Amino acid sequence: MNMENRRKERIDRGIKVRSDGLYALMGWQELCYLTLPRFVLIAGLLALPLIMPGMYWPRVITIVCIYALLALSFDFLAHFVGLVSLGGAFFIGTGGYLAAILNTSFGMHPMLAIPIATFAGAIICTILLLPCLPLRGVYFAIVTLMYPLVLARIIEALDIFGGTDGILGVDSFPNAWLEQYFVIIVLLLFVFGARRLVNQDIGLVFRAVKDNDQAVRASGMNVNTYKAAAVFIASAMGCFGGACLVHIYMWGGISLFALDFSILPIAATVIGGAGTLVGPVLGCLILVPISELLREFGTLRIVFYSLILVGFVVFRSEGIMVYGEQKYHQFERWVKV
Amino acid sequence: MDILIYGIINSVMLALMALGFALVYGTSRIPNFAHGAIYVLCGFVAWFFVRSLELNYLLSVILSLLLIGLLGALIYRFVLIRVRGMNISEIIASYAIGLAIIETLRWGGFKGTTYTLPVIIEGGVMIGDIPVDYQRIFVVILGVAVVAFLWLFTHYTRIGLALRGMAQDERAALMLGIDSDTMAVVAMAFGCMLAGFAAIVILPLGNIVVEKGYDVLIQAIAVCIVGGLGSWMGAVLAAFIIGFAQILTTVYLGPQFQMVVAFLAIILTLILRPSGLFGQQKELEERV
Repeated sequence: MNMENRRKERIDRGIKVRSDGLYALMGWQELCYLTLPRFVLIAGLLALPLIMPGMYWPRVITIVCIYALLALSFDFLAHFVGLVSLGGAFFIGTGGYLAAILNTSFGMHPMLAIPIATFAGAIICTILLLPCLPLRGVYFAIVTLMYPLVLARIIEALDIFGGTDGILGVDSFPNAWLEQYFVIIVLLLFVFGARRLVNQDIGLVFRAVKDNDQAVRASGMNVNTYKAAAVFIASAMGCFGGACLVHIYMWGGISLFALDFSILPIAATVIGGAGTLVGPVLGCLILVPISELLREFGTLRIVFYSLILVGFVVFRSEGIMVYGEQKYHQFERWVKV
Repeated sequence: MDILIYGIINSVMLALMALGFALVYGTSRIPNFAHGAIYVLCGFVAWFFVRSLELNYLLSVILSLLLIGLLGALIYRFVLIRVRGMNISEIIASYAIGLAIIETLRWGGFKGTTYTLPVIIEGGVMIGDIPVDYQRIFVVILGVAVVAFLWLFTHYTRIGLALRGMAQDERAALMLGIDSDTMAVVAMAFGCMLAGFAAIVILPLGNIVVEKGYDVLIQAIAVCIVGGLGSWMGAVLAAFIIGFAQILTTVYLGPQFQMVVAFLAIILTLILRPSGLFGQQKELEERV
């Protein structure tokens, strides 16, 4: 039979009714079938620190989680609110510097400094980004790309916050287990929280802002208020990552504004599956360890994931997660046209 | 007086850096985030021809410009063409290409004082009581020449007219038989050649440093946004505004604030008048 007369048909499995997120379960097998992927993710993440050997790889897991938070915030902003933010490093930097200052200047305990830095950092980021919120698409991307670069420049030029040396002597977490599980659990909370959020009323408004902001405006809702709320949520994730990072490295400096934090989360989102919110986490789980393995090549790893990124954007823009979901939730068969 | 002279020189440099970006965005609506990387790359290509192969200066300039133009065309033809019209993907793809180029160069260890391009004529001249070297004068002359050339090109040649047609209304241009993809390839090649030309003219004033790539990108974007994305004359005017603002801050505040000026210019323009000084887009399209 030749190819032109056939096409692949995809049919949803029986437990899926009408729309995403609405299921008809006929028994505990189907319940298991439905919860298995979620369970694998949660259990897998929680088990990671236990099965990782040595001193080095557990550290990598924490880094993975921090990048995953950033990627999650990028995915949330870009695909649910329509704000493409190229400045993940901006969130990391703000949270990191705040936590470092709170810890060194005010002597706060890390477990106290991190939440405060998360919250205050998110407020600062939102306020700083407030003027840019009316922009869309390219314009917002350009501005957010510049924020981390310029903040680094300003810190360098004014020689504040330790200048080019950075802030030394930040306390570390009380112990390694706490460090890992704290970050992992917060990551899981954020992932499932974000998935919930986008299906709530406010999430629907967010998506409406992305798809047709004129319609939102016509419905008597202030677009910028919603955008600000979304930026607040996203920057809270980034600031939390930054604050943890500072306490892990026991040092905060200009490299918190480095391009790594902007580009790797985007790459992870594109690879893992844009618009799925779990995809970015998967992407980070794949990308960050690879990039750790490539550490000896120096900046060549940025080249490496830029190229992966281009490849995925161009040839497989839906990402692993969407592909996997299709395979898991749908039958496929060839039908005659 | 020296503020005036160096202000003009700085402005013309900015205009040279920005024209390529403006051309590509104006024609195909693709924000070429790889612009700065192309600029640096062309500097190194020219360096390779002049210093390593020891070719004739003029020959190596022409060769490197052609190579860079070809590279731009290839980038568009094989990568950007597939994501055209998808805003997020356009930005990510071109930004990633730029990063790949810059970081490859950095990994190759291209830094230090060995990487310099030759100036066209050594020496300098006194204008009034301010010393200005010939290269800077050449920058101004060549910058004006490029702007004049672009104007003539877009007003009196078929390709140039087609580019302008596409910039104004792509669908109408399509109906008149202008192949928008071919034209976008041409625009991309031209844009990259302009970036390369700027590099060859400006880089002899200092060393070739990889980090310049980001600075050039930021400055080009600043100029284009202040002037209005897609408007070439606006870009030239904005180059003068930002150029003088930068020189003034350098004189009165210190050179480390140059970038901050570019950034503030972007933010202020975007807040007050997002379409820029001479933007042709309707305001509604770009802000809510």
